[in-house]
Amino acid sequence: MQPARDPHLSTSTETGGDALVSARGLTKRFGDFVAVDNIDFEIHRREAFGFLGPNGAGKTSTMRMIAAVSPVTSGELRVFGCDPGADGAAIRTRLGVVPQDDTLDLELTVFENVYIYGRYFGLSGETLRARVKELLEFVQLHERKDSKVESLSGGMKRRLTIARALVSEPDLLILDEPTTGLDPQARHALWDRLYRLKQQGTTLIITTHYMDEAEQLCDRLVVMDRATIVAEGSPLELISKYSTREVVELRFPIGEQEKALERIQDIASRVEALPDRVLLYTEDGDSALAEVTQRDVAPETTVVRRSTLEDVFLHQTGRTLVD
Amino acid sequence: MLPVPLRVVEANARAYRRTWKGSAVTSFLGPILFLAAMGLGLGTLVHHSTRIEALSGFSYLAFIAPGLMAATAMQTAAVEGTWPVMAGMKWIKTFHAALATPVEVSDLVLGYLLWVGIRVLMAATAFAIVMMLFRAVPVIDGLAGVGPAVLTGMAFAAPIVAFTSWIDRETKLSTLFRFGIMPMFLFSGTFFPVDQLPGWLQPVAYATPLWHGVELTRAAVLHVPEQVSAPIHVAYLVALIVVGYAIALKGFERKLQP
Repeated sequence: MQPARDPHLSTSTETGGDALVSARGLTKRFGDFVAVDNIDFEIHRREAFGFLGPNGAGKTSTMRMIAAVSPVTSGELRVFGCDPGADGAAIRTRLGVVPQDDTLDLELTVFENVYIYGRYFGLSGETLRARVKELLEFVQLHERKDSKVESLSGGMKRRLTIARALVSEPDLLILDEPTTGLDPQARHALWDRLYRLKQQGTTLIITTHYMDEAEQLCDRLVVMDRATIVAEGSPLELISKYSTREVVELRFPIGEQEKALERIQDIASRVEALPDRVLLYTEDGDSALAEVTQRDVAPETTVVRRSTLEDVFLHQTGRTLVD
Repeated sequence: MLPVPLRVVEANARAYRRTWKGSAVTSFLGPILFLAAMGLGLGTLVHHSTRIEALSGFSYLAFIAPGLMAATAMQTAAVEGTWPVMAGMKWIKTFHAALATPVEVSDLVLGYLLWVGIRVLMAATAFAIVMMLFRAVPVIDGLAGVGPAVLTGMAFAAPIVAFTSWIDRETKLSTLFRFGIMPMFLFSGTFFPVDQLPGWLQPVAYATPLWHGVELTRAAVLHVPEQVSAPIHVAYLVALIVVGYAIALKGFERKLQP
């Protein structure tokens, strides 16, 4: 359980409505390399906001600027109404960060990792002893509190990192690729905890290259590619705006895709040919598939499915999310 | 609430509780082995030397004890300023974790250097205790060396932490030990007075920070006058701390907050 917090505490310094984070023309360069190119976004209180995009899209650079650990090259960024360049420590006091690498001290125990982190925030030993126990129960690691972190599984380490990030009762929790490298079971366990946090009113920022993660957790998201934002909205909005209701996936025997493509080109409102399959974007997948069969085209396998954010990404960039 | 740099010290101290036993044994065993082998063993030979006057009337044991104390401070600082810093920045990234909290880079560098200072203090105190056991010098005199030894350690800690924060490959750390720490340990007046070196090599020895540290520590313990006045030694060592701190600050920012 995450302890209840005083709602008045967190609103005092913000300006500009209920935007916890706002960016205008935000840019990050490393030498000649442009990691984030002139992006705008706004993140509101109590929302779960996603940055969806492939590796190298600029998600982590954006997160690091919001977390006040990486200077902004140009543009304007406000977090809780403050400038990360000037008030970094004040911002970080109110943030919880789950970085891509867990950055846990492997030599120390589960308890000590959260406790020492809490001390960095200036919390008293007494406060921490109670709070760490509560948080370890929340992430289901309380039985392992005296184990060395070294002995934990990947999923447990991730959950411990989340407990650590919550120790200061942050107003905003930033999660950078929270489930990358985890097995499906560990991913679902983690999603469940994040979902609970969201229900309790914690504002979440999540970066991910998994479209299912973004669909499950995010109220609103931006799709990033090559340092820029290519689409923005709720998962449903994005899908209805950039894709059709259903998608038919067709796989052909090697060498036959091209020939088949000519004969089915006009069946759907949009046809996307990937190296390994053809996607037909349509409102009615079953009748599109029936039409395919009628034209004597014989794919090896067929799938009719609903549109996903992956399709949105493909529509906007011409590429798939995970190569 | 604890000042932020002290929170960094506390975090290091809590982590140290996991490994203190091994490190305590090393802190005592090293001095015991060196003072036994060099002070007692080699000392018997030295005392038959025709150039014994170079030791200004002290036993060889009494001569090398304060020198070794300063050198031990240097080595402790060098160890704490290299691998743990690399681990914090690159291997286990605990420095990244600290900087995600209200801790600033300057708090982290200052707090870490303070922690190294505490480790050097521990090692120098252990050394003073061993000196006592060997009856190398009167008890109080041995403790008088702790202050100068800690200053010596810090004069190494700051530049070495700076060095570690700037390099990209950890193999350079072994280079530092092989071509920096080891030669200084041998030739900076620890085991014999620098004026016994060939003339052209003496200025090199005088330029090393360890020579200044050894001189200060030896003067405090043996009550002999320094070859150069004490304020010059202190100023040189303090300057190294200040410059090292400033460079470490830049190095940490460059690596941890690009």
